[in-house]
Amino acid sequence: MLARQTRGQKIFNVFNLFFLTLVCVLCLFPFIHVAALSLSENSAVSGGLVKLWPVRFTTEPYSYVLERKAFWTAFGVTIQRAALGTALNVLLVLLLAYPLSKTREKFRMRSTYVWIFFFTMLFNGGLIPTYILIKELGLLDTIWALVLPGAVTVFNVILMLNFFRQVPEELEDAANIDGASHWRTLWQIYVPVSTPAIATITLFCVVGHWNAWFDGLIYMRDASNYPLQSYLQTIVVSFDFQTMTATEAERLAKLNDRSVKAAQMIVAAIPILLVYPFLQKYFVSGIRLGSVKG
Amino acid sequence: MVLPGLAFVLIFAYLPMVGVAIAFQNFIPLKGLFGQDWIGLKNFEYVFSMPNIWIVVRNTLFIASMKIVAGLVVPISFALLLNEVRLVLFKRVAQTIIYFPYFLSWIILGGIMIDILSPSGGIVNAFLGVLGIDPIYFLGENAWFPYTMVISDVWKTFGFSTVVYLAAITSIDPSLYEAAAVDGAGRWKQTWHVTLPGMHMIIVLLMVLSLGTVLDAGFDQIFNLYSPQVYESGDIIDTMVYRMGLMQAQYGPSTAVGLLKSVVSFILISTSYLIAYRFFSYRLF
Repeated sequence: MLARQTRGQKIFNVFNLFFLTLVCVLCLFPFIHVAALSLSENSAVSGGLVKLWPVRFTTEPYSYVLERKAFWTAFGVTIQRAALGTALNVLLVLLLAYPLSKTREKFRMRSTYVWIFFFTMLFNGGLIPTYILIKELGLLDTIWALVLPGAVTVFNVILMLNFFRQVPEELEDAANIDGASHWRTLWQIYVPVSTPAIATITLFCVVGHWNAWFDGLIYMRDASNYPLQSYLQTIVVSFDFQTMTATEAERLAKLNDRSVKAAQMIVAAIPILLVYPFLQKYFVSGIRLGSVKG
Repeated sequence: MVLPGLAFVLIFAYLPMVGVAIAFQNFIPLKGLFGQDWIGLKNFEYVFSMPNIWIVVRNTLFIASMKIVAGLVVPISFALLLNEVRLVLFKRVAQTIIYFPYFLSWIILGGIMIDILSPSGGIVNAFLGVLGIDPIYFLGENAWFPYTMVISDVWKTFGFSTVVYLAAITSIDPSLYEAAAVDGAGRWKQTWHVTLPGMHMIIVLLMVLSLGTVLDAGFDQIFNLYSPQVYESGDIIDTMVYRMGLMQAQYGPSTAVGLLKSVVSFILISTSYLIAYRFFSYRLF
């Protein structure tokens, strides 16, 4: 690429940069617009004056959102769910990936087990039978309905076992000779050398739990048990006035409904923004590790 | 060590599979799974006699296949264009920006879309108004709804796929480009004769694997953006199962539809894995 550029190439380069910049702007535009809406005053929003920059700056929509008890309840449920769920997910991934990463000589039932787990990625009982099961187990309206059914993340197990396979076998053999059990080998050898992979999977799980909404919607009959995204679903996508008290409704009348919704969406997206730098670092390599090998 | 995981999978994945028996029963919740009346294939007959079932199947196939094609063409084109950029910083910033929406839920993205696409006061229609175009109800008109779904799906996912393809491009041997340049190939010819052939493995592989998703038109997205006005063009199998099963309590027919979808998907996914394994020696584990 050190050869001198022809005229045509130069024109192409300029055009290409221009086009790609345009696409990036278009991609970001909706987010910036919504952020601007959330920080603008009612009259400016309803007058259609807000584009990319807040007009008549106000933080009132945010204080309205942050003072609503229901919002914090939902936020708390999500935090609890993400913490519990991720811990369980990662623990089970490690426990499964270690034996399943062994060769058939070392673990004879390996392929049977792999297929038992893999099959659940291909076929499932469907919405109604799963719902009935959760109901029969008495998990409705408990945090466990959000955490237990997805406890085994088969895709992550596959990522992890592929990573474990790259760990040199000599390490394990040496540990065995020193008298380490499989438990010790897993915790003291495999886990410490796999931190990048474990970080990837932890992020997968956190983002998954953070963004999940459907299970909250169907397994929680009491709206005060909704995790954040399910709560948002009921007010942002399908507006529900019933969950509102009279004073709240009165206050909302002075605000712009669009600003309030915008503020809620921004607040719900902030945690993703915060982990984004880490996501970026690990996600792509994680995906490549597990899904596309030549 | 396998036991805890095995227990979870048996309870939460295999037990519901027993529940597909509901598809063959006149299911009444109080009676328990084995106390029901067995009615053979009546639920399936009922489903296929529903007037809108073929519309739903058509919508599912139409939206899903458009998403598959767009989901291949757009990211590959972008990866190629981005690969031509020599400014490393620009490249990195652009990647970061375009794959951000991938990590947000359809609740947040759906909320944003509802706002910006609104025919009264939404910024997109305000912009169209400046150009002298009448407001378009993107989410409320059957003529627009499926395309709105495809384009917004591209918005959410193309950045991520672009990064994956870009990663494949960077693993192409640079000496191939040098050889091509010596032979007098310009940028365009290099792209055509080196970059694309270098990516063809991953392109075909992802194409094959995407075959399995032909019955998945995207429940998360459509459920959050559709409304009864656009059922005719936007109702898909998954949304229908949800409404029949959990809203109207038609457990039997709803499970029957779900079962059919699962079986067809299972066959499609297994076939595509088999093809991927045979011809591209792709293995997941």
